[in-house]
Amino acid sequence: MPLLNLTLKVWRQENANTEGRIETYEAKEIPTSASFLEMIDIVNERIIKEGGEPIHFDHDCREGICGMCSMTINGVPHSKERGITTCQLHMRKFSDGDTIWIEPFRANAFPVVKDLVTDRSSFDRIIGAGGYISVRTGSAPDAHAIQIPKPDADAAFDAAACIGCGACVAACKNASAMLFVSAKASHLNHLPQGQAEKDQRVLGMVKQMDQEGFGNCTNQFECEAVCPKEISADHIAKLNRDYLTASARSSVS
Amino acid sequence: MSATSCSLCAFVKSSIGRKIIVALTGLALVLFLASHLAGNLLVFAGQEAFDEYAAFLHNLLHGAGVWIARLGLLTCFIVHIWFTILLTKENKTARPKYAHEATVQAPRSSRLMIWSGLTILAFIIFHILHFTVRTDAELAKLGAESPWKMVILAFQNPLVVIFYLISMTLLCSHLGHGVASIFQTLGLRSKKTAGPIKLISKAYALIIYLGFISIPLAILLFGFGCETCK
Repeated sequence: MPLLNLTLKVWRQENANTEGRIETYEAKEIPTSASFLEMIDIVNERIIKEGGEPIHFDHDCREGICGMCSMTINGVPHSKERGITTCQLHMRKFSDGDTIWIEPFRANAFPVVKDLVTDRSSFDRIIGAGGYISVRTGSAPDAHAIQIPKPDADAAFDAAACIGCGACVAACKNASAMLFVSAKASHLNHLPQGQAEKDQRVLGMVKQMDQEGFGNCTNQFECEAVCPKEISADHIAKLNRDYLTASARSSVS
Repeated sequence: MSATSCSLCAFVKSSIGRKIIVALTGLALVLFLASHLAGNLLVFAGQEAFDEYAAFLHNLLHGAGVWIARLGLLTCFIVHIWFTILLTKENKTARPKYAHEATVQAPRSSRLMIWSGLTILAFIIFHILHFTVRTDAELAKLGAESPWKMVILAFQNPLVVIFYLISMTLLCSHLGHGVASIFQTLGLRSKKTAGPIKLISKAYALIIYLGFISIPLAILLFGFGCETCK
C-alpha cells in the first residue's frame, strides 16, 4: 500500500482565553486508505508516545451525518472536495510531500475551545429562537394526513439535509450564518405545518443570528461551495423574501 | 404607533433589513445610470441635440425637476454608502483571519465591492466638481454657452480620460456583482431565475461600461467634435 509523508501546519490553542499559533508536524508513512481523521489519529498516537499533548479535534459519527467534525483544510472548511465532511475525506486525495494547513472553523461566533475544537452552540440558540414547530408530542400522525405538494416537499427536504456543521460560516468571508439559518427556516417554511409560526420564526431566528455576532451575507456563495450537503444559496433568497414580508406584516399588525 | 415604529427599528437594525435598504438604494442608482447613459450618448447626435437635452433637464418643472432628482439621488447615495460601510465594518470584525486563506468561488468583483465603491465615490465627487459645479473657469465659461462644447474640451485632457476609464472599470466590476445581488437580497433569485439574473447582471455592467467609456475615448483618441472645440 502506498504511504505518504506529509507536513502538517496545525493550529494549536490552549483554550479560548489564550493566543493560538501554527505548529508544524511531520506525518510520516500515512496509508492512502486512511481517512483524514485517521491520519490525525496516527499523528496523535505518535505525539502521545513522545509525551506531548495530542491535537484536539471534534468528531463523532465519522460517516458524514452528525456535523461534528469541523476543520478548515488548506483554507477550505471540510477541504476543497465537494459535498463531503472532513471525516469523509481520504488521504488518497493528497500527494506525497504535501503541506496541509489545518485550522479550526473561524468565526467570532464560534470561539475556539481548544486547538481545532470550536463552540458552535450559537447555532443551537438560533434554533431555539424559532427553528421548530410547536406541536403536540405523541404518536406520529398518518403520513398522508396533510397533503404537501411534491415540489414543496422536495424543497423542504433539500433544506432539511443541513447537519448544522457550521462550514458555511467558516467559509464565508464575513462569517455569516445565512446559509444555515435559511436552510433551517426554509425547511419548515416550505411545509404546511410550518405556516402558523412562519413570521415569528423568521424574525426570531434572524434576530438571534444577528445577536450572536455573525457577519452579513455579501452574496459570494462560498457557503454553498463548501456545504457538505450541497444546500443551495437559493434558500438565502427565500429567507430574505420571507424576512421582508414578515417585517412588513408585523409593522402593520 | 409604537408597535409600528418598533418593527421598523428592528428591520433597520437587522442584517437582512440593512441589506434590503442597500439593495433598494442600489437599484435606484443602477436605474439612474441607464438614464444618465442614454442622455450622455446624445453627445454623438451633435451639439444641438445634446444642448437641447441639457436645457430640457434644467427646465423640467420650471427648474425644480433637476433639484428633486439631485436630492433623491443624493439621499440614495448617502444611505447606500452609510449602510454598506456599517455592514462591511461588522463583516471585518466577525471573521478572524485564517493563516492559510483560500477562496473557492467568490468572484474578484464581489471581494472588491467596498474598494470599487469608494473609488466610485471619489469619482463622483470629482465628476460633480468637473461638470456640474464647474470649478475650472474655462469649462464653466464654455458650459454656460454649450454643455456639448464643454464635454469635448474636458476630454482633451488625457489625465481626466484615464481617471474616467479607471473609475468606469471599477463601476463595471461593482455592477457585475451589485446588480445580481439586488435580486438575491430582494429574494427574487431561485433555481429558475439564477441563470438569467447572472446574465442580466453581467450584460448590464458591460453595456454601462462600454457606453460611458465610448464618449471620452471617441473624443480623445478619435478626435470626435474637435474641429468645433478649437
